[in-house]
Amino acid sequence: MTAFPDTRTSRWAALTALLTTGVLLTACGSGSDGGGSGNDSGTPKSGGTLTFAVGSDAGCVDPQQVGSNESIYSVRQTVDSLTDQDPETGKIVPWLAKSWDINSDATQFTFHLRPGVTFSDGSELTAQVVKDNFDAVPKLGALGVLAQGYLSSVKSTTAVDPLTVKVTFKEPNAQFLQATSTHSLGIESSASVRKTPQQKCSDGVIGSGPFVLKQYVQNQSITLAKRTGYDWGSSLWSKKGEAYLDKVVFKVVPEAGVRAGSLQSGQVDAISSVGKANEAALKGGQVTLLHRANPGVVFGLGVNNSRPVLKDVKVRQAILAALDRKEVADTVFPTGTKPATSVLAHTTPDYTDLSADLAFDAAKATSLLDEAGWKAGSDGIRAKGGKKLSLVISWFPNAATNQPALELVQQQLKAVGIDVTLKQGQVSQFATTLQGGDFDLVWGNVTRADPDILRSSFSSKLANFYRLPASSLDTVLAGQAATTDTAQRKQLVAEAQQLIVRNAYDVPVVELQTQLAVTNKVHDLAFDSGSRVQLHDTWIG
Amino acid sequence: MRRYVIKRLAQAVGVLWAAYTVSFLVLDFLPGDPVTAMAGAGVDSGDVDPARLAALRHEYGFDQPILAQYADYLGRAVRGDFGDAVSTGRPVTSTLADALPQTLQLTGAALLLAVLLGGGLAVVATYTSQRWLRQLLLSLPPLGVSVPTFWVGLLLVEVFSFRLHWFPAFGNDGLRGLVLPALTLAIPTGALVAQVLAKSLLTALDQAYVETARAKGAGRWRVHLRHALRNASLPALTVVGLLVGQLIAGSVVVETVFSRDGLGRVTAAAVTVQDIPVVQGVVVFGALIFVATNLLVDLVYPLLDPRIVVASDRRASFV
Repeated sequence: MTAFPDTRTSRWAALTALLTTGVLLTACGSGSDGGGSGNDSGTPKSGGTLTFAVGSDAGCVDPQQVGSNESIYSVRQTVDSLTDQDPETGKIVPWLAKSWDINSDATQFTFHLRPGVTFSDGSELTAQVVKDNFDAVPKLGALGVLAQGYLSSVKSTTAVDPLTVKVTFKEPNAQFLQATSTHSLGIESSASVRKTPQQKCSDGVIGSGPFVLKQYVQNQSITLAKRTGYDWGSSLWSKKGEAYLDKVVFKVVPEAGVRAGSLQSGQVDAISSVGKANEAALKGGQVTLLHRANPGVVFGLGVNNSRPVLKDVKVRQAILAALDRKEVADTVFPTGTKPATSVLAHTTPDYTDLSADLAFDAAKATSLLDEAGWKAGSDGIRAKGGKKLSLVISWFPNAATNQPALELVQQQLKAVGIDVTLKQGQVSQFATTLQGGDFDLVWGNVTRADPDILRSSFSSKLANFYRLPASSLDTVLAGQAATTDTAQRKQLVAEAQQLIVRNAYDVPVVELQTQLAVTNKVHDLAFDSGSRVQLHDTWIG
Repeated sequence: MRRYVIKRLAQAVGVLWAAYTVSFLVLDFLPGDPVTAMAGAGVDSGDVDPARLAALRHEYGFDQPILAQYADYLGRAVRGDFGDAVSTGRPVTSTLADALPQTLQLTGAALLLAVLLGGGLAVVATYTSQRWLRQLLLSLPPLGVSVPTFWVGLLLVEVFSFRLHWFPAFGNDGLRGLVLPALTLAIPTGALVAQVLAKSLLTALDQAYVETARAKGAGRWRVHLRHALRNASLPALTVVGLLVGQLIAGSVVVETVFSRDGLGRVTAAAVTVQDIPVVQGVVVFGALIFVATNLLVDLVYPLLDPRIVVASDRRASFV
């Protein structure tokens, strides 16, 4: 949200940390992209309460309707999904479904459910419950847009027998398997599914997850309690059965400086959305920073490929070469943020390293612009036929890093003779701007742990916000959505990334990194494949 | 007197209507629309299906012509129905009612502190015969008015919560959690009280009746408190409306910094996602409080000072 100046100093922070906790633990590293946590030493033990300060409250506690990360951290824990996704490999593994079959053109998915799973109201998980969930998703209203997208071309869901459920689509939909691992398609009890979307939002839902929602006070807190008797965890988790923690309390603390200070002074155990400004205050020995790049389309400039100036591939490629991504990542973003090395973040399944194509090369940018007929004028800005090379970057204040990052991008482009104006809009205009097409370049990203996000973003056959011309890219994108052969899909996704980057249909800049901080008594707080958290294995000691 | 009361009431209703209308127009002119705000809220944009959005817009009536929307909303607002919050689906009235007690607690405590601090400062500053002390004290209110509230809040949290561990840094937990936010909000409010009161005290001390009282042998304190302060409090009453406005505005910042639940937080959140029904509800409620306070002052004032009715028409109480 807002970024007020931070008044803390690291010296004080260190001293405060020393005063608050008697024990001095060693090991103050940074979590890796693998999704590990602060402290993995010692023997895990059950019990205790974890207090987690997050920056915002979405006003909704229904996992199927929540889109904002800071609310997902908590509500995710209340539901299980049919599958889970390994954050290391991107592989889809069993959870509520022990196994599944997919037909050859990826239009039919059959899940074989695990027996003996119950919801916290005592009702059993059956194929009918899954059907009820998937049938209700399209009626979720505005907040359920993510879940609706995953099921957008669904034809029918049928309960074949009590533990077998079959989902059929009108067209190939390979991404659906990964979608079943998301919180958006977390399975709720039939009683919850029958409630209105608004009721589910304000009262929460009955899930089968390792934690149960005990209390929700809007803008204040979300309290979760351990589900006793839980015994059907994801195949990725190390602990069998119930969670370690008795309770998890999420407190909503909007001010970043207050979150950091509260962690340092021991008022909370974990905090979310740690920005660069607060890092110094937290480097005190009692705190571990955890970070992981968000999978999906990296932060960058979405190009309106139908604009006369930007129709010229040489101009687009010049923009690509003119940017020093490392400088942007190191100057503005939290420590550890990686410059973009493809249109996909490196944590996305089937990501391909294209760093050579995204290297900073001002000389190349200059010669490309020369070739395209844009000649440097007296003021350093290039022109062609009396028209200046001026572009507008539209951006929306949905992250504190946007403005400083773009100011740097503006300087870097000016250095090769491209004049850039930054135009700030309202967050709520984001989608309308893309739909309306009145933009040159737009700053944004999309989080999704499946490469199919390339199809929804860049296929000229779908929404086509970036006005790409029809090309072989469409065929490649459609192909990866229709294949169940993992090797073949990987090949097609790699090809798609190359086509997008080499034609500069998009200008990747930096990977968005989720950064959390925990005190050293928190162990095994792990990132899931979507760079959100999994608390079943987390313990305090 | 009756004409005066009727006129004041009519003015109050007019102000409410104007507040409602202006906020409606401003919200309508804002680019973007609440449906996309909800769908694309959060840090990144999910996959948004334009057709689905259009259907939702129709569902909420956002595709109606602006006048039809306005008439519809206003008609219901008059009956006390502000519709449902777009972001949560809960009725606006209950959203506000739930948040109100917390904000009343905060603003009440802040007002009490402000009157004590600001009033005390004004009395001491005008009483002391030490020139340097008077200058020093009188220079504090302008400072108090101009320091950014969020900065004061962060400073207090840093010292009293993170370093001294006397108070919690955030939340609504009991009296201990109220101290820092109330103090933060009391600083600009108290500064305003001090400025107004000091000015009218100095004016009062120059009046003839003070001379008379002194000549009769009344002590300095007695003159200062019994005579001057009593008369000086009257003009101070006229800024009560301003004080209330400042408290309401300040609570948005204070509740955000201290993560307290309340009207201020509800407002900030609603503005962020363009939750029009909630913002409208807040604007009307705020205007109602403001108008009611001023109306009360206007109606009580003539009872305290009969000269007022005549002059009142020249006093702009609705600014």
